Amino acid sequence: MIEVNAISFRYHEDWVLQDVSFRVERGEFVGVIGPNGSGKTTLLKMLYRLLGPQDGEILFEFVPLAKMDRRDIAKRIAVVAQETQLLFPFTVLETVLMGRSPYLGNLMFESEKDLEIARKAMEWTKVLPFSERPVDELSGGERKRVFIARALAQEPEVILLDEPTASLDIHHQIDFLDLILTLNRERGLTIVMVSHDMNTASEFCDRLILLQKGRVYKTGSPGEVITKENIESVYGCEVWVDRHPVSGMPRVSLMKKGDRDEALGRN
Amino acid sequence: MKILTQRKVATISILLSLLLLFVVLISITLGSVRVPPLRAIRILFQSLLGLRGAGSDTERTIILSLRLPRAILAGLVGAGLSVSGAAFQALLRNPLADPYLLGVSSGAAVGAILAILLGLGTFSLGFPLASFLGALLTILAVFYFGRQNGKIHPHTLLLAGVITGSFLSALIMFFISVSQREELHTIIFWLMGDFSFSSPRVILIIFPYILLGAVLLYLRSRHLNLILSGEENAVQLGVDVEKLKLISYLSASLITAASVSACGLIGFVGLIIPHSVRLIFGPDHRLLLPSAALLGASFLIASDTLARTLLAPVELPVGVITAAFGGPFFIYLLRTRKVIRTL
Repeated sequence: MIEVNAISFRYHEDWVLQDVSFRVERGEFVGVIGPNGSGKTTLLKMLYRLLGPQDGEILFEFVPLAKMDRRDIAKRIAVVAQETQLLFPFTVLETVLMGRSPYLGNLMFESEKDLEIARKAMEWTKVLPFSERPVDELSGGERKRVFIARALAQEPEVILLDEPTASLDIHHQIDFLDLILTLNRERGLTIVMVSHDMNTASEFCDRLILLQKGRVYKTGSPGEVITKENIESVYGCEVWVDRHPVSGMPRVSLMKKGDRDEALGRN
Repeated sequence: MKILTQRKVATISILLSLLLLFVVLISITLGSVRVPPLRAIRILFQSLLGLRGAGSDTERTIILSLRLPRAILAGLVGAGLSVSGAAFQALLRNPLADPYLLGVSSGAAVGAILAILLGLGTFSLGFPLASFLGALLTILAVFYFGRQNGKIHPHTLLLAGVITGSFLSALIMFFISVSQREELHTIIFWLMGDFSFSSPRVILIIFPYILLGAVLLYLRSRHLNLILSGEENAVQLGVDVEKLKLISYLSASLITAASVSACGLIGFVGLIIPHSVRLIFGPDHRLLLPSAALLGASFLIASDTLARTLLAPVELPVGVITAAFGGPFFIYLLRTRKVIRTL
């Protein structure tokens, strides 16, 4: 569905992404992980053409992204950003209706049909009860769900998520990720999620892309990517990798200095 | 669930237009010569029909040649500044942005000063035309300095505007200091906002620009909603952001240029009218822009009427009134906003 072919990108002199290639198949839940500054967020921005590569190209359903109409991209690819500025706060309903924007002409107002789509999206994400409230009065977890509802109102084929759980407590993290997983499994939405959190990526994603300094270090199933060798080589620190007792997926744990020495048999 | 419909926008616009009409009528009856409201209305409508029955010649002259043009100009400028202010606040995502932020007014003043120094001030339209030209050249300069690789970065543009404005202000001070000409002192008054240049010809000159700017902004009102949450946000929802910014900044600047060249710098309107309308009707630009235009027109006509009648025969600068009455009213709105939004 998405084909990234040898793209390179730089803001100034230094390359942020170099010769990056991978594919995302329809219906997949793909995680992009890597250290700070490895180019994760930049890569995500290129997947909806906020930025264009200096080299290589990205194909969406065999069509170069660079040749697609902006509105057409927004009809097929929705983005849930890390933070959204709220200067003059709109209500939840108004915010979700903005997801219909790519389908509307310049001066058009939302129709009954748009309203129905927004209502269903709010029902799915359980924000319908406070549809009339200004978004800035909501908690972080509720606000995230509002923006998922907005993304759903776009009726996209792909949802791109940028560090979706970074500011949430574990309860809201699990609520949010369960919701995304349901959208992926039951509605067949393709998900690409950039995340700092290797353990949630390991639990929820079908496939992972591990970036190091703007290059793809390894792609594959969580079991293939999250190994002690890969993580230590990319992040440059010693970690403990074992299996999650319930899911059996790889799990990364940090160790304090004394424990590290003990684990490695050093004195 | 309530959503914004075309019908709601139309209804509110009609109600606010009636308010505007009412304010205009009040305004033309008030002044040193008091014309009773009914007679004023008769004079107005008969002249519209090409008749001339009601009132004395003096009354007709006062209403049709003095007060009405002045009210129309104040209305145009009030509407223009409100729309332009609302657009700048959205584009810069800064609630304190006002129509003069990009230095346009200083450019207009320099144009006016040069007109006087070159002896063009004696022509009836030399003054507004020169200041309009000054304002347009300033806009071009600010966009030339403020764009990088064909892209507008709000903060770079803002800095370019503020610095160009300061440079031009220095020029103004220089001219005023070195020139002995009495007329330059009128510039100072003009800079504080002055409707005494009102004439049908001034109105005809600025009207097309204000209308053009306002229509171009209104066509993008839905996209202005999206850019309020950031440029990346607007891109995610399918907006061609660079085009949106270029057209909107230029439209808003054009409106400011036309306003400032007709009547100088009138503070506060472009700030409090958009904010008041947001507090009452919410932030959606499809409703905000027309409501702000109509309310801004009423507000500035009312302010100007007060400015010329309150201490008659002394005429106060209209900026004194907009600040003195607008400020407390705005604070009141701010304090009661929860009540208003749930209505």
